[in-house]
Amino acid sequence: MTGLLPKAGLQLVLFLLVAPLLSGIIKTLKARLQTRRGPDVFQSYRDIFKLFRKGMVIPETSSWIFSATPYIVFVTAALVGLMIPLITTDAPLSLFGGVLAVVYLLALGRFFLALGGLDTGSSFGGIGSSREMTISAIAEPAMMLAIFTVALAANSTNLSEMAKVAVSQSWKFLAPSQMLAFAALFIVLIAETGRLPVDNPATHLELTMIHEAMVLEYSGPYLALIEWGASIKQLVLMTLVVNTFFPFGLSLDWTARGLALGLVFYFVKILVLASLIVLVETTNAKLRLFRVPELLMVSFILGALALISTFLF
Amino acid sequence: MSTLPVGATFVLSLAAYSAGACASLASWRKPAMARYICCGAALAGAVMGGLASVFGILQGAPVRWSVPSGIPLFAYSFSYDALAGFFNLTLAILAIAVSIYSFGYLKEFEGRRNIGFFGFLFHLLLLSLTIVFTAANAFLFLIGWEVGSLAAYGLVTFYHEQRESRQAGLLYVIMAHADVGCLLLGFALLIQGSGSAEFASFHTAAAQLSSGRQSAAFLLFFLGFCIKAGVIPFHIWLPAAHPVAPSNISALLSGIVIKAGIYGMTRIFLDSLGGVPSWAGLLVLIVGVVSAVLGVLYALMEHDLKRLLAYHSIENIGIILIGLGAALVFRVAGHPQLAAVALIAAMFHTLNHAIFKCLLFLGAGSVLHSTGTRNMEKLGGLIRPMPVTAFCFLIGAVAISGLPPLNGFVSEWLTYQSLLAGFGATGGLTRILFPLAGSMLALMGALAAACFVKAFAITFLALPRSAESRTCHEAPRSMLVGMGSLAMACLVLGLGVTWFLPVFNALTEQLLGQRVGTNLISGHGLVLSAGTPHGGTVSTAVIGIGLVILLIPTVLLVSIGARRFARRRGPTWDCGLPGLSEDNEYTATAFSKPLRMIFSALYQPRREIQAVFDVSPYFPKEIRFESEIEPTFEKRLYLPLKDLVLWFSIRMRAIQAGSIHAYLAYIFVTLVLLLLFGVRP
Repeated sequence: MTGLLPKAGLQLVLFLLVAPLLSGIIKTLKARLQTRRGPDVFQSYRDIFKLFRKGMVIPETSSWIFSATPYIVFVTAALVGLMIPLITTDAPLSLFGGVLAVVYLLALGRFFLALGGLDTGSSFGGIGSSREMTISAIAEPAMMLAIFTVALAANSTNLSEMAKVAVSQSWKFLAPSQMLAFAALFIVLIAETGRLPVDNPATHLELTMIHEAMVLEYSGPYLALIEWGASIKQLVLMTLVVNTFFPFGLSLDWTARGLALGLVFYFVKILVLASLIVLVETTNAKLRLFRVPELLMVSFILGALALISTFLF
Repeated sequence: MSTLPVGATFVLSLAAYSAGACASLASWRKPAMARYICCGAALAGAVMGGLASVFGILQGAPVRWSVPSGIPLFAYSFSYDALAGFFNLTLAILAIAVSIYSFGYLKEFEGRRNIGFFGFLFHLLLLSLTIVFTAANAFLFLIGWEVGSLAAYGLVTFYHEQRESRQAGLLYVIMAHADVGCLLLGFALLIQGSGSAEFASFHTAAAQLSSGRQSAAFLLFFLGFCIKAGVIPFHIWLPAAHPVAPSNISALLSGIVIKAGIYGMTRIFLDSLGGVPSWAGLLVLIVGVVSAVLGVLYALMEHDLKRLLAYHSIENIGIILIGLGAALVFRVAGHPQLAAVALIAAMFHTLNHAIFKCLLFLGAGSVLHSTGTRNMEKLGGLIRPMPVTAFCFLIGAVAISGLPPLNGFVSEWLTYQSLLAGFGATGGLTRILFPLAGSMLALMGALAAACFVKAFAITFLALPRSAESRTCHEAPRSMLVGMGSLAMACLVLGLGVTWFLPVFNALTEQLLGQRVGTNLISGHGLVLSAGTPHGGTVSTAVIGIGLVILLIPTVLLVSIGARRFARRRGPTWDCGLPGLSEDNEYTATAFSKPLRMIFSALYQPRREIQAVFDVSPYFPKEIRFESEIEPTFEKRLYLPLKDLVLWFSIRMRAIQAGSIHAYLAYIFVTLVLLLLFGVRP
């Protein structure tokens, strides 16, 4: 328990700072791949800073749920950030919530975000909430199967334990079960973070949008909290994927040298995963909404195969 | 430990319920007095029952009484052990909240309905449940069971002038008797083996039964208890009967009456039947998964608030069965420690579901009380006139969706952990089944969250959709206290689960010989660990504290940022049209449309759209929209069954000639046959 606060503080600051940067990097990479110049990587910081200093318009029809939602979305995402191993295997709050708590805390944020969308009384919010809850419901079983495959291999649902086991067998990701689970989780990652081909983060067209529709009525600091929270959630899920499947460089303790090395490795891994996402986003068109369940079904089957292959090999 | 007055408090609680039943009936001419007697006596009985259960749980050792009746096989035997104590505790918590709630709720019955008769049935229901949970004699158990069913029938048909109520009541009473028939046969098998109807005698007798009879007994009991608990495919009475009853009764029906089925399974499978067949646990598990997934899928399609809640009862009973099935599997496989964790998951979810489902039904009752409608499409915006009800309903909605840090999360977490443990504890292909069941649990969790976003948002948020929801008012204070106490219980059992866990020590020791409960607590009494080989740890208390700690700087950040501009209220974006109205809002039907399309193979949705045009087809004057989903089980299973019964009855009419001579001949022939059967060597 000693040193819990500094550890938690350090990890929290890292998460809060890296999350917008990652969103910026993905935007820039995507623009370059589409032969555009695009915004520079620090644009997300400027957006958030600017939003925090702007005024807010709250819909007349809304209740306190609308105002409480941004806080809940942000706080749950930040708390989850303390539960997963970032640059060391020893996550500050790992003892107090394993992978199930992570998934369900993110679900708590989503629950309120959907309520906030419906609270405005506009159809856009309703469309977004309905689609978000639907897609997450279909994504959840696939996600759990992939997570269970890893948890069963590590003998624990505790993320620090999972990371320690992963570090001790770094090359295990070549095992068929791990590769299948990674493929399953990658599809879920795309769906959960609202990226193409499931949702288009760059559009405000009512026929295609999901996340943007829910937050249409938010402005000023509330919007900043939601956008920041969404980028933290994206970083959390990506970190979860890279550190459970490719645990190279994770420091086993909180020494300065280990941390520095861990940080370098972490950035490299995250950049590779981000490039992979950018590649998928650029080479795929958005799927029709009712095609998304098929994609997620593929993910579910991959997860089931991963599980069966744990059993076989 | 000195002996605590378990017996005295228990008898006082029975006496309070009995006296309440008689006194309510006697004062039926004075509605106000009947109301006070009904609620007051129920409150007294529930408090006494609660004390008895707390004493019983603290005492640990079972307390038994038996009064011989003079009738063969029948005795007034009671046994107050850990399992009885736990279910009585659940009953007492709900009964206390519901009786406080009823002080206000029954007021509108005054002068319109017979409160005396209502009170009589209400007390009878509570009395019979107390007897069911403590009976140690098969016949006493069955009498309690049957009286409970009849009292519930009376309450379901309380609005008997409505056709819907009468039909639901008829369906309920038919299913209740199918269920009691199965139990009677099951007990007959056991009594035949042991020669006694005492539960204590079954243990050794069941072990000596042939495996065929053991399986038959298991299946009969399982069928009977499944019907009571509303497990799919025996569920059809539940979404019909629970919504039509008065709301305080719906809360009890979904909260505790169906849990009698769970109690029966736990009592018979883990206690009385020494060993169940090895496939039994898997059967319970699979039935649980199917029931839970289908239950939540049907719930999503409902826009009647109370029917939606009723379908969620089916889902949650399924989740309880998953835990119970895992416990049975582990016990047969020789892992009593894991079985104990799975049993705790099932029992804790029983208590949690009882609390939040009762809370949600009471919330729905307040909405119905003040708006007069259960149809969500006519509600909306109730969070402004009814802030407290809305807040309580929100707590219930978060809890039932299994979201941290409330109680539903904890029991689902424990269920996940037992399922993961099942992968290591079993062999062969069955081990794959456990993580798959886990992924289905994830699916139902997410679908339940979607459903409660719909239920809460369409009912309480945005703009009112009808005149009734515009002019409604907050519920009376006693109703709010009833709901508030249950909302508090959701918080306390969620954040303070580690304080509550020792309750399971005696329960697991009694049923599985493993004292599990306190040893799952670690980390300064804050952390709950699964105690299983594939387990993990969680702490809802730290999650709760963490959320609050992180909230403080966030609020500061926003208030510093927003300092420069006042926050303005403005209209919602209306796409340039002249203002939004309730017609622009998303509806419950629209919200569930994507899921209706994705699962169309199950729902077989049918829809009809008729538009009336004036000039151009782009500007319809009127649109009539009709949509319905196919009630698969009613149509494919029960309709053919009903036809078969009717066909058989028509054939039987041939011997019902109506002639007294024929009937006398039947009686004579039956008598001769019985005598022959009786004197058979």
